[in-house]
Amino acid sequence: MVSLRNITKQFNGVYALRDVNIEFPPAKVIALVGENGAGKSTLMNILSGVYPDYEGELMYKGEVVQFQGPRDAQDRGITIIHQELNLIPYLSVVENIFLGRELMTPWGALDTPKMKNVAKELLSRLKLALDLDAPVSQLKVGECQLIEIAKALLVESDVVIMDEPTSAISESEVCALYDIIADLKASGKTVVYISHKMKELFTLADEYVVLRDGQVVKQGVMAEVDEQQLVNMMVGRALAERVKCQDRITDATVLHVNNLSLTHPVKEGLLLENLSFDLCKGEILGVFGLMGAGRTELLETLFGLRGKPSSGSFSFDEQDMAFFTSPNQALRYGLALVPEDRKGDGLVLGMNVRANLSLSVLSSLENLGVLADVQEKELCQQYVERLRIKTATDQQYVGNLSGGNQQKVVLAKYLATKPKVLMLDEPTRGIDVYAKQEIYDLIREQAALGLGVMVVSSELPELFAIADRILVMCDGRITKQFKTEEATEETILQAALPDQ
Amino acid sequence: MSMTSYKKQLQQLQPLIALFLLCLIIAIFSDRFMTVTNLWNVMRQISVNICIAVGMTLVIISAGIDLSVGSVLAFAGAVTASFLSMGMELPFFGVYVGFTTLGAILMGITMGGVLGLVNGWVITYFKVQPFVATLAMLTIARGLTMLWTQGYPISSLGAPFAHLGTGWFLGVPIPVWIAAIVTVLAVFVMRKTRFGRYIYAIGGNERAARLSGIKVNQVKTLVYMLAGMLAAVGGILVTSRLDSAQPNAGMGYELDAIAAVVIGGTSLSGGRGLIMGTVLGAVIIGVLNNGLVLLGVSPFWQQVVKGMVILIAVIIDRSQHKEKK
Repeated sequence: MVSLRNITKQFNGVYALRDVNIEFPPAKVIALVGENGAGKSTLMNILSGVYPDYEGELMYKGEVVQFQGPRDAQDRGITIIHQELNLIPYLSVVENIFLGRELMTPWGALDTPKMKNVAKELLSRLKLALDLDAPVSQLKVGECQLIEIAKALLVESDVVIMDEPTSAISESEVCALYDIIADLKASGKTVVYISHKMKELFTLADEYVVLRDGQVVKQGVMAEVDEQQLVNMMVGRALAERVKCQDRITDATVLHVNNLSLTHPVKEGLLLENLSFDLCKGEILGVFGLMGAGRTELLETLFGLRGKPSSGSFSFDEQDMAFFTSPNQALRYGLALVPEDRKGDGLVLGMNVRANLSLSVLSSLENLGVLADVQEKELCQQYVERLRIKTATDQQYVGNLSGGNQQKVVLAKYLATKPKVLMLDEPTRGIDVYAKQEIYDLIREQAALGLGVMVVSSELPELFAIADRILVMCDGRITKQFKTEEATEETILQAALPDQ
Repeated sequence: MSMTSYKKQLQQLQPLIALFLLCLIIAIFSDRFMTVTNLWNVMRQISVNICIAVGMTLVIISAGIDLSVGSVLAFAGAVTASFLSMGMELPFFGVYVGFTTLGAILMGITMGGVLGLVNGWVITYFKVQPFVATLAMLTIARGLTMLWTQGYPISSLGAPFAHLGTGWFLGVPIPVWIAAIVTVLAVFVMRKTRFGRYIYAIGGNERAARLSGIKVNQVKTLVYMLAGMLAAVGGILVTSRLDSAQPNAGMGYELDAIAAVVIGGTSLSGGRGLIMGTVLGAVIIGVLNNGLVLLGVSPFWQQVVKGMVILIAVIIDRSQHKEKK
């Protein structure tokens, strides 16, 4: 269907892609894998017309093409579903789906009934029951992502590119997506599937293409490789199996929560219901739950972001106290939260690495009310080295760093506050395999230093890799607690699924 | 590498080059421009806008806007003038308290601070958009000024006070000294203090700032308070220069201040901007105003030209910012 011939793309003299040759055959799902920075996004942007200038040839349906822009590519049958959501919050579901492709009556007015019918049919294919007139701002992230997919399905495409389509959707929604992909494949379409989740790739894909440092490492048939081999190809080195060392766990409780409940800010009912748990110094506590289970809300409540809980008691570092009422207070007592959305909540993208890193501890870098440049620089250097943050200088804008390095900067910012408890919300979302391992090492290191660590994750392998204990949440309640070695994926998922 | 840093330096110099060209053109067509009297006069006029615009820069870097500065300026001027000319009647004791010049000035600045504080409080506590909150204050403060003065100017404020706006110190007009001090302090605060860094962080990403433990509401309130105080300083300078507090002083000054900030390259979406840029912007507007008058351009055309200069400045700034990405 599509083939790339010697595609090369440079940015300011740096090769993002070098001599890339790939065949994308019809009626196949092709997994495109590689670490962050391997060139996947660049490749997709060329394929979908975002970058019209490159060296080499793009063959599509047997002829050489040069797309003038995303719309051009889409009109010719290549659609991309981006990882970022491009929906307009105050427009309704229907309006968003048809944005830029509105159906008209012969008199030139919007043909709303017809659009609604088409939208309804699309959404039912995605097994999504939504109020078509509801503004998108009222939907959950997972639902928004499915609407993005619906938008792409509206256009009859021959090639559909999906960039991490499952990063925000829950298990049942993933199943609907799998069905859609199967349909597409059956009707002879090419699906290019980008994901960091190995399990998905092995379920879905027929072929794989591994990219590393802008070059194709290998293209082959999925059935002939296993997960370890694929990961090895991506990183170019074998990742050592981690041995668990749990003698760091002490029995000194650093965080104690009893019967925490939080009322829902808009709806009737409770967002969090009767949560009780302890966290010890040196322990890594994993929190698992499906979308909407209340994991993020739990962390945010503890961090003082959600207002006063409706009930519950709290003790921190062996001191009974009221729940924290602001991040400022939480940080002063030694409770830090590394937020889920690193660009939206973690970083000030327009500031450089140094200013981001020191933001939480500026008061300790003052000398008679004046910021001490030298101390700030030293602090920054110390963390850049310790966390192996790859940046040319600390004057680099954080927006220019890769995802993994951005995450390390956020982590460094909160570690600099010398917390007693570190909470991390999806610490490795969207970052590559190798950087993931580095983050895991850092988390273990902090626990070994005596911190209590809480990690929220929607990826079970992640929790199995680092957590000592796993709390499972569902609908705002803790449904089960496991010691990691006693848990299996099945038992955890069972506890995470809502009662039918 | 050296090529890019050279290019960057040139970009930073661009407003300066623009100013130089502007001066050159005016000087070619008018021989009254390049006279010592005229230049000091221009500087004296610019000083007021610099004071206001510096406050506005802080507000805009924090991703806000303050439309009320013109009215706050008038109110602070009126308060200062009335305290100077008639003191204050203590309500329950039936006695008048007189004010020294310094005392009256401090009262004026305090009033500006109080109005700014109200702005900040409404914005942070009630989550009202800065545009709306300060638009309301624009009307309220103007009304308060009318009430305070009953619509009449307050004049004859005494020689020491008039000296502030018209006098000289070490061969430089006193308003220029004041604008210079305000500028230096603001540059210092923005570059060298925690407060300045917080303003950039809040403007860049308010939520990330809050999650980093910054007391966002406190910082923002303080920013609006400072903007009010600086507007008051401007009001006192205007009042002093005219030796009279006019109830409709400062009308439209907020637009000149915003224009100076924007020409100076500060982004209206917050997080990015420099005090020195604003000062340059204010100088460019001041010189342009003066030049258009000297060249005999009709007042109607003056406004058109001014508007176009603002547009051009922003378009150039935009294109350069895009380039960087």
